[in-house]
This record gives sequence, structure tokens and C-alpha cells, in this order.
Amino acid sequence: MFTALILLPLAGAVVTWLIPYDRLRPKVLALFTFAHLGLTIQLLSFTPPESAGGWFHLDALGKIVLLSTSVLFFTCALYSIGYLFYRRERSNRVLCIGLLVCLSAASLVTITHHLGLMWVALETTTISMAPLIYFNRNARSIEATWKYLLICSVGVALALIGLYFLAYSTIVARVEPSLLLDDLIRDAGKLSSGWVHAAFVFLLVGFGTKMGLAPLHTWKPDAYGEAPGLVGALLSGGLVNLAFLALVRVYQLCLATKEIAFFQNALIVMGLFSMIVAAIFMARQADFKRMLAYSSVEHVGIMAVALGLGGKAIFGVLFHVLANGLTKGVLFLSSGNIHRSYNSKSTDHVRGALRRLPWSGGLFLAGFIAITGSPPFAPFISEFTIISSAFIQGQMLVGAIFLISLTVIFIGMALTVLPMVMGEAPADSETTSYRDSLWTVGPPLFLLLLVFLLGVWIPEPLMTLLRDASALLEEH
Amino acid sequence: MFSIADQLLVLVLLINFISLGTSRLIFSIRAVATQGVILGILPGLMHPFSWHLVAITVVIIAVKGFVIPLLLSRAVRSAEIKREFEPFLGYVPTLLLGAVFTALSFGFAGKLPMLPEHQNYMFVPASIATLMTGFLVLTTRRKAISQVIGYLVMENGIFIFGLLLAGAMPVMVEAGALLDLLVGTFVMGIVINQISREFSSLDTSLLTSLKEE
Repeated sequence: MFTALILLPLAGAVVTWLIPYDRLRPKVLALFTFAHLGLTIQLLSFTPPESAGGWFHLDALGKIVLLSTSVLFFTCALYSIGYLFYRRERSNRVLCIGLLVCLSAASLVTITHHLGLMWVALETTTISMAPLIYFNRNARSIEATWKYLLICSVGVALALIGLYFLAYSTIVARVEPSLLLDDLIRDAGKLSSGWVHAAFVFLLVGFGTKMGLAPLHTWKPDAYGEAPGLVGALLSGGLVNLAFLALVRVYQLCLATKEIAFFQNALIVMGLFSMIVAAIFMARQADFKRMLAYSSVEHVGIMAVALGLGGKAIFGVLFHVLANGLTKGVLFLSSGNIHRSYNSKSTDHVRGALRRLPWSGGLFLAGFIAITGSPPFAPFISEFTIISSAFIQGQMLVGAIFLISLTVIFIGMALTVLPMVMGEAPADSETTSYRDSLWTVGPPLFLLLLVFLLGVWIPEPLMTLLRDASALLEEH
Repeated sequence: MFSIADQLLVLVLLINFISLGTSRLIFSIRAVATQGVILGILPGLMHPFSWHLVAITVVIIAVKGFVIPLLLSRAVRSAEIKREFEPFLGYVPTLLLGAVFTALSFGFAGKLPMLPEHQNYMFVPASIATLMTGFLVLTTRRKAISQVIGYLVMENGIFIFGLLLAGAMPVMVEAGALLDLLVGTFVMGIVINQISREFSSLDTSLLTSLKEE
């Protein structure tokens, strides 16, 4: 089963590589991601026991990330059928292959308990996404790709040396050398603390870069701004969660080694800093895709703070993994439609989207309401849980900065989003052949419905999953 | 045999300084290629003979010593640039910083507990110093090629540390990690060629259209 989950998208990559027709490729992509989603649901309901000596082990934490990734990839693949129809001027072969390779590596990140293998898979997702950011083949997108590739590669390289430190700490401690999470947690008490401490610092910086925590976020606005909407959706809703999962694995280790306080404080500081940076740069942002990138910086900040707080916030952050991923999908896909229609991402040109594109404009507006944490959408529940947990734990300062940043971000984002969707389109604005259609509106609408549903009702199996996952991250 | 490996590490450290101090791109590509070859020899000196070791040695020397350097020098030739002009930080300051970082990594390594059999060798400080050197090259240079060279040096630093971990890292994972870094460098090489086509130079400081006002 685990092998099938990894090999299926890879087989899809080979098939899309062989297909010579641009029209057919996205459909095959959708077919394979649909099969992947089916396998994922199968795996979630009947989880096989760990295999290959503990290398493959799908625990509750991995399940949450796998589910959100698989749903998002499937939706984006459906969207690509409509979207790539408007991008017939260039071949979509690389895009389809890249997406499937990335899906395969992403699944591997979620099911493996071997930190070295997880690192390999995570770096593969980074590299496979690079050609997709360069989809538009212009000077701006090459700049974004270069920044993304260089900063993220350096980040994960630092994470690798962190893992090496961890491995060496087992050698120094004379326990069986291993990078299996379960072995490390079992032997945590004996590990050499100097090395473990150094390892945590490097791992935090490394995975933090990949996740886009400030001040390591500088690649994010460029990459998200220049990539096509569906790639932006996958970066901010999918890859971010994978990097978060990697941080969670480190967190599990920290819990076991009793070095948790240091790691928690670092997470809270970086998280709050990310939120503040997002709040500052969100205001007066003239490019709506870059604005979404800062929203992503904000949300990884929220996730880091929540992980740092621990306690009840853990439930909130795990729910936020789902909520943020799906909502980012709504925002990026609908913003991709708006971009297509106006042929511009500048808020000076994009006005009156609700009138010109009632569906995409409406989805973008609804996505904005959802992502800023307004009821009745899912991010409201997760953010509310996190804030209340901060105050219950007596972390008044953290709670206050958190709330103030959220408010400033809400105002800043509203100042950009509202003029975009309201009013009249300027007379001189460009009109392209793009029209809202089922294929381009359906996928983000589906995601929005999910976000809404999760906001009013969490199904029992999901609730159990979230509880099991939070139990894994409890302090003893 | 550990002591021979240890002496080779001195060479590795010297090459770090060459890559910090030279402005000629081809020269620094060659220096890093030499560093790669030295690193390829090291596992053979530290572990008993096995065919799998031979395979690793051959692959590493081929990739680090020949494939990647060839890729980079082709990019240099096609972009018709020879030198790194006006780095963000001059050569003398970066050399001095490199020396400081090297000293600091010896201090850092001295503080950490080591296995007795690794105690008297300088694998850990050499690894961290090389890592820092790579990082320094990466952050202070303007040309995309120099930045890739910095990344390669960083990678070499990580590789040196990996030598101590025989057994802890399964071969498959080790190979996977190497492959990933290699593919990363390949993709960077491709991007470099695209940059030179788009901007007719490899100067990343021209990449400013996305700067935040």
C-alpha cells in the first residue's frame, strides 16, 4: 500500500512524459491525482502496520498532512484542465511531470518515520517545484526561481547537517546509530545533549526556511507572485504543510529529550516575528499574489506560535494545517482566474472583479473572509483555539501580539481585496478571452465548500484523527 | 589511515580560502573540483576495502570532480564572463571573515563531546569551517555561478561530516541525499543558462525587479 502511494504518481509522471498532446496531459494528471486521493482515503481508513523495520509508518500526524496534500493536489489537477486550456501557447509537459513527482515525494514525507529519508523527499519536493515557478519563462519568473531554489536549497542543506548532528549524537551516546524517529525517541534520554542542541538549531533554521518563517521568508513573495496560481496554491497549501510536518517531527524529539522549552520559545519568537513582518508588508501591497504570499508568511507564523505554545493550541494548529491549506487553495486558484482575465496582478488595474467575474471574484472575497479568521469558516475555529489557549496558559504578551497582528493583517488585506472586487473595472483595463467556466471555478468552489463545512461541523473520524495526533504531541 | 585523511583535510581548508580569495571563476571552479576529488578519496582511506566503497568513490569523484565542474565551466564560457566583479563584500574582508569562521569552528567543535577515536582529528571543525565558507561565498558574491560554487562548498562541508557517520546513515539515504544535491546543482546550472539568455549576464544583482519598495 505504501509503495503504491509513492509509485502511482511516479507512474503518472512517466505517462504524462510520454503523452505528446498538451490537451490530454492535464486530464491524465487529474486521473492520477484522483487515484492517489482514493488510495489516501483507503490508507486513512485501513492503516497498514508499520513496515520495512519502522521506515514506513503512517501515524495520525502524517495522516492529516497526507489528507490535506492529496485533496489539494487533486483539486489543483482538476483546475489545471481549465487553466492550461488558456495557456496553450506553451507546452505543459514539465508542469504535469513536476506536479506528479512532487506529489510522490510529498506522500513519502508523510509516511516515513526515517528522518534521513524524509529529508531526501523534502528536498525532492523543493527541486521538483522549481521548474513550475519558471512556467511563465520571463525575466521576473527566472529571478523568482533562482531565489527560491538557492534559498530553499541552502535551507534544507542546513537541515541535513542538523540531521547529521543528530545521528552523531547517537554514535557518541553508544546507542544503536539510527535516524529512525521511534529509535531516537526511545533513546532520547541517553543522547549527547550538546549535539542534540546544535541539531535542533540547524533543523529549525533549515525547515523554517523551507516553511518560510520570517526572517527566512524572502523567497516567498517572489516565488508565489510569479508562479501560476495553481503552483502558488500547492506551494502555500501543500509544501508549507510538509515542512511543518518536518518541524513537528523535530518537536516530537524535543519532547522526548526534555529540551522542549528552548525549542518552544524559538518557535514562538519566529512565529510572532513572521506575523509582524506579514502585517507590515501586507498593507499597501500593489500585487495581489504577493499579498497572498505575505498571508502565507502570516499563517506559517501562526502555526509556529501554536506549536510553541503547546497544550490546547496543538489541536488548533493541526486543524489549521487542513484549514489553511484548503483556504489557500481557494485564494490562489481564484486569484489565478482574476489574473487571467485582467492580464495583470496589479491592484491598480484590477477593479470590479465581482462584476466582471462574479464567480472568481466572489470566491476570492470569500477566501479572504475565511483566511482572516472570520466565522463560519474553518480557520476561525483553529485560530480561535490557538488564541484562547495562549490566554489560558497565561501567555498574555503572546496572545496580545497575536491578536494585534491578526487585526492589522485583516485591515491591510481588506484594503487590497475590497477595491479589487468592488466597484467598476477601469475603462482602459485589458480584457482577455478568459471567461469563468466549470473547470476553473468548480475546483476552488469545492475547496471553499470544504472550508465552510469544516467550519460548522467536524466529522467524527476527522475529530478522532485530530485528537490522536494531538496526543502524540503532548508534554509528559 | 585516519591520519592521512586528516592531513588531506588541511588541503580542503586551504581550498576554502582559495575559493574565498579568487575572482577568476574558472579558477575557483577548478579549486572546488579539486576539493571534490579529495573528498572522494577520503572514504577509501577511512574504511576497509569493499566493492560498494569503490562504487561510492568513483561516483563521488566523477560527479564532484568532473560532471558538475564541467557544467559550470560551460555556463561560464557561454556567458563569456571570466571574473567576479564587485562582490557585495570585498575579497580581503571575506578572507578575514573566513579565517574568523574557521577559528570559531575549531572552538565550537572543541566544546562538543566526541568519540575517543575521532577525538584527535579535525573532521568536525573542517566540516563546519567548510560549511561556513560556502555560506560566505554564497552570500557575498553577485554572480550566479559564484553562488552555485558557494553552495557546492557548503555541500562539501556536509559531506565531510557524513564521513563520521558510517553506519548511522543507511547507504540508500546517503545516496539519496547526494543525488538530491546533485540534481539541485543541475537545476541551478540550467537556471544559470536561462539567466544568461534572459539578461545576457550572470549578475544576480540585476535580478531586482521583484524588490520590495
